[in-house]
Amino acid sequence: MILDAKVPSGPLAEKWTRFKREQRLISPANKAKYTVIVVGTGLAGASAAASLAELGYKVLVFCFHDTPRRAHSIAAQGGINAAKNYRNDGDSIFRLFYDTIKGGDFRSREANVYRLAEVSGNIIDQCVAQGVPFAREYGGLLETRSFGGAQLQRTFYCRGQTGQQLLLGAYQALCRQISYGTVKMFPRCEMLDLVVIDGRARGIITRHLVTGKIEAFAADAVVLATGGYSNVFYLSTNAIGCNVSATYRAYKRGAFFANPCFTQIHPTCIPVSGEHQSKLTLMSESLRNDGRVWVPKRREDVAKHPNDIPEADRDYFLERKYPSYGNLAPRDIASRAAKEVCDEGRGVGPSGRGVYLDLADAIRRQGIDRIREKYGNLFDMYERITGENAYTQPMRIYPAPHYTMGGLWVNYELMSNLPGLFVIGEANFSDHGANRLGASALMQGLADGYFILPYTLTHWLAGVKPGLPPLDHPEFRRCAGEAQQRLKRLLAIGGQKTAVEFHRQLGHILWDYVGMSRSRDGLLRAIDQIRTLRQQFWENVRVPGSDTDLNMALERANRVADFLEFAELMALDALRREESCGCHFRVEYQTPDGEAKRDDERFCHVAAWEYAGPDKEPIRHEEPLVFETVKLTERSYK
Amino acid sequence: MKVTLHIWRQKSPADQGRFVTYSLDQVSPDMSFLEMLDMLNEQLIQQGEEPVAFEHDCREGICGSCAMMINGLAHGPERGTTTCQLHMRSFPDGAEIYVEPWRARAFPILKDLVCDRSALDRIIQAGGYVSVGTGGAPDANCLPVPKTAQDKAMDAAQCIGCGACVAACPNASAMLFLAAKVSHLAHLPQGQPERHERVRKMLAQHDREGFGHCTNIGECEAACPKEISVEHIAQLNRDYIAASLLSLVR
Repeated sequence: MILDAKVPSGPLAEKWTRFKREQRLISPANKAKYTVIVVGTGLAGASAAASLAELGYKVLVFCFHDTPRRAHSIAAQGGINAAKNYRNDGDSIFRLFYDTIKGGDFRSREANVYRLAEVSGNIIDQCVAQGVPFAREYGGLLETRSFGGAQLQRTFYCRGQTGQQLLLGAYQALCRQISYGTVKMFPRCEMLDLVVIDGRARGIITRHLVTGKIEAFAADAVVLATGGYSNVFYLSTNAIGCNVSATYRAYKRGAFFANPCFTQIHPTCIPVSGEHQSKLTLMSESLRNDGRVWVPKRREDVAKHPNDIPEADRDYFLERKYPSYGNLAPRDIASRAAKEVCDEGRGVGPSGRGVYLDLADAIRRQGIDRIREKYGNLFDMYERITGENAYTQPMRIYPAPHYTMGGLWVNYELMSNLPGLFVIGEANFSDHGANRLGASALMQGLADGYFILPYTLTHWLAGVKPGLPPLDHPEFRRCAGEAQQRLKRLLAIGGQKTAVEFHRQLGHILWDYVGMSRSRDGLLRAIDQIRTLRQQFWENVRVPGSDTDLNMALERANRVADFLEFAELMALDALRREESCGCHFRVEYQTPDGEAKRDDERFCHVAAWEYAGPDKEPIRHEEPLVFETVKLTERSYK
Repeated sequence: MKVTLHIWRQKSPADQGRFVTYSLDQVSPDMSFLEMLDMLNEQLIQQGEEPVAFEHDCREGICGSCAMMINGLAHGPERGTTTCQLHMRSFPDGAEIYVEPWRARAFPILKDLVCDRSALDRIIQAGGYVSVGTGGAPDANCLPVPKTAQDKAMDAAQCIGCGACVAACPNASAMLFLAAKVSHLAHLPQGQPERHERVRKMLAQHDREGFGHCTNIGECEAACPKEISVEHIAQLNRDYIAASLLSLVR
């Protein structure tokens, strides 16, 4: 099947304008006849729900937290990119577009990325109008800083809590609509299935997490804004609740899953300290603005206290290998470089899997107060977790699973191959190709929600008659029944191991074989081990309690069951992509100096997977990536 | 290390609830408090018992989900720390630890350590926003904001909505939560047009939800994991008085 991305014709810079000029509209009086379901209340979901309600649609919003303000966007630290060029340092829409395409190792759609850069400035305007307290200069104008993969300062930020402040802005916009009655909010409601009738997404099945009640909801369109799936690795920087279930269930109902193997390993996280650990904590990439990454030159020095290792005996490996970007090399490259020096036996810390991130130079140059002002909350967090004071000795960091570029396939209008199913934010396969640049996730989530979906969804809805299918339609009943059955089945197994133990084991398999470096043999082994583990899960998991009240162990088991299926798809995608690009590093395909080697002849495409039934190999479709404006080159940060 | 836990177990809102004692061995001082509870829960599941229900998500101190009284202190003994960021190294070996849910009339208990904090959402819905729709915002730099005002706004805006201020307050007042939002928007030019109406509406909702009044005790600031200062409550009071007087004049 040829996937049609529906990219408007014409020059790159005019495509979005042309779409808006030619799109269909719905009159304000008629918008209220349409019902839209939005699942998820992170940056993408909350901004979309508020914007759609402002337009006049009837919006139903679902989240599994007790309040929409807790979505994991809240944890984003460093900042949000925008091509404002307030710094006079040479930024432009084209440059942000180009940095993002190149950062993604030429595996994203030109037109989407250009549009993202085009609306980036509006996001900052919108957020400031909402009262988001971005950092400012003494003159009262907005301050910016640098992030990886860019040679200019285009990242706006609110101390180390940018995601929190942007999310609260979107949450407050959502609250305003809830108070007007245009949005009906369903907190503590987890989506268990997507309902597809005659090939079109028509609603969802949810479970109320306190009462256990399974319910069906119908709509004219369904928007999934359910985030990424890094938690498939068990240990990741994601919140414990983040999961793949909503997008995976949509996949099983016919939506294509694109590039599932594109998972970002973030270079600056606090290293793993032991088996008891439940999650990993990120230290914002913004620290690389002022921090220098190093390990000892000699293996013998790794046990020494870092302050006792003289300058001459330190290897600032990012500065050495990538002199023009230095410590601000993109995430995939910085992560691989850290793994490489640790593999050589030069890693530091108790496990030998760590490198130093050293701010001593910056503290000397700028003074401790300035550093505290910029990064104080990160230093505090570091001290709480490790018990070490990073003002007096370097931090230890190591890469950890963070963001997922893969997600449900969408066309230029953000609609999946299933009519009526729209996917936004991290949940779609997105604009980041094979590697996302820092501070671009917040930009994409809000671009989708505030400035893209309201146009494209209107265009699509204008082509369909408003009206909901009845909730006693056989398809609603079937999906609700299956969701209920599955919970009963999980509760009935009564085995020996908890879902968390299975999850931890799955994480080990993925980290070893589908992590920072991948090989054909390893991936085949991973697929084999995942299948065995999945079988054991369904025979031997123990889930306590019942499905008629608050049962967090049941919620977890239900999500782990999806991870156990999804992990295989991820490994399969990695196996079939016989090239290295961005985060996807296949050891068989590398340049002589160990960099990722793309194969543009064979793999300059998006891989979109179609579910073919239980225990059948899914079908791989391709969407060719056509580059009309940029030239494909070897991605170099040297 | 070894700890003895006395944990509040309550099956449902209607259930009476009681403390149940568990002892836990081989706790690592590097574990977070929640990882210690994870360990307990894994053992409970293995023994065929129901695990302790508690809310948690980001585990990096920002989502505001985790909420428990630990030895009578909201979020435990460390200043400026959420429960998820509290580590077992803060407790001595052999410690006796009492763990309870937030207790406030406006936060009904749902199960074990989980309570319903939706009242806080309704306070924001009553007016804790700037009424701007998407689109049409002027250029972000068209209105300079003094750095000091922005800093103050940011200090207040850091609130994570966990409800520790309510749990710590002898009156179960949500005044610090409310003040943080009022003060955040009051310090910015964007918040001015609705400043007075906002404070009146939000305060009215606060009272309707059954939160108590503020009597300047200051427990809230001591318990706040983001160390939000009670000076924002003073700001709230000033704004409220101004708003009330103005409404009389009009």
